[in-house]
Amino acid sequence: MGEAIVITSGKGGVGKTTTTANIGTSLALLGKKVCLIDTDIGLRNLDVIMGLENRIIYDLVDVAHNRCKLHQALIKDKRFECLYLLPAAQTKDKSAVKPEQMKKMVTELKQDYDYVIIDCPAGIEQGFKNAIAGADKSIVVTNPETSSVRDADRIIGLLEQEDIESPKLIINRLKAHMMENGDSLDVDEIVSILAVELLGIVTDDELVIRASNRGEPIALNPDTKASQAYRNIARRILGESVPLMSLEEDKGLLKKVKQFFGMRT
Amino acid sequence: MAQKQRQKKSNTHYVTIKGTKEGLILHLDDTCSFDQLLEELETKLIHPGTEDSSESPKITVKVKVGKRYLNKPQEEILRNIIYQKKNLIVDIIESDVITREEAEFMKKENEITSVSRMIRSGQILKVQGDLLLVGDVNPGGTVAATGNIFVMGTLKGNVHAGCEGRKSAVVTASVLNPTLVRIADQFINEEENEQVYSGECAYLDEEDNTIKFDRLHILHQIRPGLNRL
Ligand SMILES: Nc1ncnc2c1ncn2[C@@H]1O[C@H](COP(=O)(O)OP(=O)(O)O)[C@@H](O)[C@H]1O
Ligand SMILES: [Mg+2]
Repeated sequence: MGEAIVITSGKGGVGKTTTTANIGTSLALLGKKVCLIDTDIGLRNLDVIMGLENRIIYDLVDVAHNRCKLHQALIKDKRFECLYLLPAAQTKDKSAVKPEQMKKMVTELKQDYDYVIIDCPAGIEQGFKNAIAGADKSIVVTNPETSSVRDADRIIGLLEQEDIESPKLIINRLKAHMMENGDSLDVDEIVSILAVELLGIVTDDELVIRASNRGEPIALNPDTKASQAYRNIARRILGESVPLMSLEEDKGLLKKVKQFFGMRT
Repeated sequence: MAQKQRQKKSNTHYVTIKGTKEGLILHLDDTCSFDQLLEELETKLIHPGTEDSSESPKITVKVKVGKRYLNKPQEEILRNIIYQKKNLIVDIIESDVITREEAEFMKKENEITSVSRMIRSGQILKVQGDLLLVGDVNPGGTVAATGNIFVMGTLKGNVHAGCEGRKSAVVTASVLNPTLVRIADQFINEEENEQVYSGECAYLDEEDNTIKFDRLHILHQIRPGLNRL
């Protein structure tokens, strides 16, 4: 029996879908049986980032309303041994699915998969309630910005009231130079406010966007820092203790570059 | 016969009035019935010997009812009768007894509720009496108490001490860096003043009715009542 992890954030656009795709990809690369669920009804895009868009026949709402069997709606990602996607519907009616139906689907999927990763929509309304309904664990994604951290805090508060393991944190789109200049919140500040375990830090990298646009999650490309970060997160999810990639390294590099150009550091 | 006895007794015992340094005090005996009291108030207060004072300016009186519990309508009746018959304005009615409900309310008002958790954005924690929070109040989170608020952690969110009007209520925090502080009906927020957040406690200065911030060690001078040792 596998476990279900919901990826959430409160605020939109912080990288939930990107995180879902890349954690799923990384776990699949590690040989795990993975199923991704897109619960962002009406605004689905996990399929696009995974490059599986053109193969959708049935979706989550079809399954919820018994228009098809669960396995019929799952799309296999051919790049992996065992990675599947249950896509969201494009219907406008967000209440088309109820938490109990979600829970039933997730429970069923946990029989066959090691990890069920649930991509949560923005907000704290129905979509959020659906997404967390079947989850055993949760990951909260935040950007190093005040408003994003505030929403993450709100979400953590809500998650703590549920029967879900204490949430873990991913700080996404960290810009080392902004953090250094004090232009963005730094990691320690964020962790001290949110007071939850830090699962990983992903730097801001336009390669992430480029990869997503091509339907090939960055985690597939081992050479980038962002990819390494996602893979490390996956290994931490498996219970390995992987030290945080040192940002010092970045800082050091930046320092050296600055020194090279004769700038003050 | 019984009628006669009661009449006699009430004339002598049930209602007594005394002038003291603090003003007039009307003692109402607590062994007779309420009706007997009223009856005697009617008769005693229109006693010819005291009639002249009805022309003098209105004076206030404190009424002591001993171990008699009066409900609100009964208090009202007393006030009316004392005013009509004697031109005395009842300042306060003091009883030695209170209801269980009132007692429990007072107990709660003086109790400290300890809560060990974080108050996150969007969460509201409100208690009756004092609050001891073992945790932080994050930006966007709110703690409120009818009494004092003591935060063992970092207070960055909103805080409302004395939220039902108690002006003597204080706020303390290990790190006091709130978004909005309210004490009773006054408030002060981040924009108000840059230097105000120096220290670990906030209180309402009765002199100018504004919220002040100070170091913790000054607090026992400002609010000696906090010492219950
Ligand atoms: N680490 C990153 N570096 C750069 N861009 C990123 C990163 N993570 C996400 N993005 C971009 O941010 C945008 C929002 O990401 P998305 O995953 O769709 O957020 P959400 O699902 O939370 O709304 C997308 O354009 C995505 O490519
Ligand atoms: Mg999304």
